[in-house]
Amino acid sequence: MSLDAHTPMPGRGFADRILRRGPLEAIATTIIAAGVVMLMQPFSLTLYSWSFATTLFGTVLFTIVSKVRE
Amino acid sequence: MNDLSAPSRITYGAVLVRPAVVRRIRGLSDKALAWLFITPTMVLLLAINIFPLIWTIYLSFTNYRANRPNAPVKWLGIDWYQTILTDPDIWAAMQVTAHFVFWTVVIETVLGFGLAFLIDKKFRGHGVWTTIILLPMMLSPAVVGNFWTFLYQPQIGLFNYVVAFLTGHPASSFQMLGDVTLSPWAIVIVDAWMWTPYVMLICLAGLRSIPDYIYEAAEVDRASKWRQFWSITLPMALPFIMLAVLFRGIENFKMFDMVNLLTGGGPGSTTEVASITLKRAAFESWRTGYSSAFAIILFVTVFGLANIYVKALNRVKSR
Repeated sequence: MSLDAHTPMPGRGFADRILRRGPLEAIATTIIAAGVVMLMQPFSLTLYSWSFATTLFGTVLFTIVSKVRE
Repeated sequence: MNDLSAPSRITYGAVLVRPAVVRRIRGLSDKALAWLFITPTMVLLLAINIFPLIWTIYLSFTNYRANRPNAPVKWLGIDWYQTILTDPDIWAAMQVTAHFVFWTVVIETVLGFGLAFLIDKKFRGHGVWTTIILLPMMLSPAVVGNFWTFLYQPQIGLFNYVVAFLTGHPASSFQMLGDVTLSPWAIVIVDAWMWTPYVMLICLAGLRSIPDYIYEAAEVDRASKWRQFWSITLPMALPFIMLAVLFRGIENFKMFDMVNLLTGGGPGSTTEVASITLKRAAFESWRTGYSSAFAIILFVTVFGLANIYVKALNRVKSR
């Protein structure tokens, strides 16, 4: 069985779509924004407590994914 | 007579260079020359940016106090981070910061975009008006803080008289900087007054980048001015507005000078933004380890926001 270059492979298309710089940067940006909102929101002390970890995770993720191919 | 082999000194511009030095530099590759020029800057950056950052990260894990430099330093791990991230007082300071950031950014964006929209119409004398509008932005925050303290004086302040004239309340019946309810708004007003022109400039750049032929095509399609605004002007200026929002958000998140001059964090702690709390912990309570941990938390937040800012900037540049 031969595969054409354009033959869609199950599961791979989704990974190809997601594991690119654009979508990964968007995910990291969303996590950073969520962390900042958690830091400054007036509703829950628990959310405030986890804000730094969230922002740090988002920032590290952004730094890593900005090196991923376009 | 710029013969490099000549034994005498050679003049390049106003600088005297020894021939031996010139010969040595001429023998270097382009890459080596590039390193030669970059190294002093890199050393300076490492010394004044990277080293203090690493040192602050180290101090944030210790009980070090700058007023007791000879006391033994104890390793505390992430204790300070846990203390700060479960402290209701710090959480309150974050909410004061959030109030300040949110309202300044909203007011500055709405007014800045409105002013840019008006200035973009190129009415008669728009150049003079642009210069007048830009004046507050050119002042030093220290000067602005001082003269707004006078403007807010209940007895002699111009601001109170204008409010009294417009509302009928006696001028001395309220204190903008001494009232628990009014003081957070007092610093919002000053920041909006000073930085709205900056947002206006960025929005104006966005509006000027929209090609005229798009509006001409819309006119041909008989689109109303309202429809043109919502379908052309706003979407095309949106990346620039986002840029202004992010920049002002980051700047106001770490605002210190103006708030310190206007209220010093008071009355009580109603205007105590995060940077004022940090300054009090570092230089009034001398809790250096604790304040280092707090500084790192603020740094990571600003760094994260700066990443989003750079991403938005790249999107604007790619247009």
